[in-house]
Amino acid sequence: MKGDYSDPNDAGEVSHFQALATALSGTVGLGNIAGVAVAIGIGGPGATFWMIVAGLLGMASKFTECTLGVKYRNEYDDGTVSGGPMYYMSKGFNELGLPGGKILAVLFSIFCILGALGGGNMFQANQAHQQIAGITGEYPGWITGLVFAGIVFAVIVGGLKSIARVTEKVVPFMGVMYVLAALVIIIMHADQIGWAFGQIFAGAFTGLGVAGGMVGALIQGFRRAAFSNEAGVGSAAIAHSAVRTKEPITEGFVSLLEPFIDTVVICTMTALVIIITQQLIVDPATGLYMLTEDGSGIATVDGNSGVSLTSAAFGSAFGWFPYVLAIAVVLFAFSTMISWSYYGLKAWTYLFGEGHTKELVFKVIFCVFVVIGAAANLGPVIDFSDAAIFAMAVVNVFALYFLMKVVRQELASYAERLKTGEIRKFGH
Amino acid sequence: MTTKIVIGLDGTETGERAIAFAKDLAERIGTCELVVAYVIEWSPFTFQTPEENALRHKRREEEVELATTRIVTPAVDGLKAAGFNALGIVRHGDVAETLNAITLEQGGSQIVVGRASADGLKKRIFGSSTQNLVMHADVPVTVVK
Repeated sequence: MKGDYSDPNDAGEVSHFQALATALSGTVGLGNIAGVAVAIGIGGPGATFWMIVAGLLGMASKFTECTLGVKYRNEYDDGTVSGGPMYYMSKGFNELGLPGGKILAVLFSIFCILGALGGGNMFQANQAHQQIAGITGEYPGWITGLVFAGIVFAVIVGGLKSIARVTEKVVPFMGVMYVLAALVIIIMHADQIGWAFGQIFAGAFTGLGVAGGMVGALIQGFRRAAFSNEAGVGSAAIAHSAVRTKEPITEGFVSLLEPFIDTVVICTMTALVIIITQQLIVDPATGLYMLTEDGSGIATVDGNSGVSLTSAAFGSAFGWFPYVLAIAVVLFAFSTMISWSYYGLKAWTYLFGEGHTKELVFKVIFCVFVVIGAAANLGPVIDFSDAAIFAMAVVNVFALYFLMKVVRQELASYAERLKTGEIRKFGH
Repeated sequence: MTTKIVIGLDGTETGERAIAFAKDLAERIGTCELVVAYVIEWSPFTFQTPEENALRHKRREEEVELATTRIVTPAVDGLKAAGFNALGIVRHGDVAETLNAITLEQGGSQIVVGRASADGLKKRIFGSSTQNLVMHADVPVTVVK
């Protein structure tokens, strides 16, 4: 990651750091802020434990998919590259003499487009609207949607790269600030950290009267973790394949960090803040969490859910934080949309071929869904996003299972050459 | 053994003066090889969009191509025409660090650069590339005004 093993003659190419930062800005975002709140709101604190477990497991699948993404990417004559699951599915299966790679690739592309429109777009627009409305007061979602769609349109169709570039530069600082704020709140309540972790562990195995009990917590944890760090989904493989390394495995090592930073560190912090600031209402009689009237989740102070729950949790410590969070959410949502519009576009061109008109059609559809997402309710949006991303993951993990041995060979060969000194550290 | 002098160019007219000075120096020393280096300012630690990443390789080729044809090759040709032994190098990276690295690789005994054109706030905060080079280079550096 520091690049000690990178050849100085490759200077000027996309570095490992840049690939990681790009992939992280696609994943760190609303999944960490809103997704965690959704998980806890339904599955209770125990869902956090399963999120962490899923994050750790996710490191393995991320490693595999990013290595494959780089290994089987397409390089065109003009020097641009295209990579991702659809390429390792068709090329990798061919190489192993397995049938069906092409079918998997097409299936994946279809689901990837739906995922881009759902989780990468509608969910983002929806939560951004919820956050803005939480501050300015309620107004119709399609207004936010139109504004967002306009900006996204300007960037992906109009080629207003400067907006995207500014966002890419601001988002990491927002991320750091978010983590710092979470840390401060956690330190302020240092005496409760033990209790909060107790809640997380106890909740993970007992359910504590949560909707669906322990299984509910488990499902919510895994779902939101996959949604947040995108491990196994295949989208990060698209982002990482732009790196020009001779050793695909090195990209795999770098990508290992993603689920760790995203889920294990940032999601856990959000969860701790929500638990510590006691946003979940405990029934004084039983000591268990109170369910909402329809039993679909845990009752919260002021009945918040999703991003507004996180916002309220942070706001209870710093009154001004919801404003900062609103800006962060909008920027995160925006950068995630831009990333996913790219992933979706790659899947789209895989299906229909490259071409200006074809790409324009997808971009316009993408913008239309921004408006739909902002105007819709959270429930259906999340269901649709989950379904699409789950479908991507099923196809992708199925392919990963067969291609695992390719990665194992790569790893063995890399380790061997590292030992014999064929790959050496470049001094700096 | 021939003495190698590395000339750092930045694409401005101060580069011309650096070349003139290096020529003069080379004539005095006798058997000399002149290494014309151009460093494209680039950091591996910036944040980029996925699209920028995908196009990065192409951009890089274009940048190298541009620097070679516009700046380095004319300078090298000029030096050769004047009867000097010269070669050109184009590389990405931090200007001061990379110039120093090139010099060490080539076994250069000194570096000649033009005075940097950066000014204002940026220079006050980060210092100019020339200042960094003078402070950290492993061989003597001559800054030509």
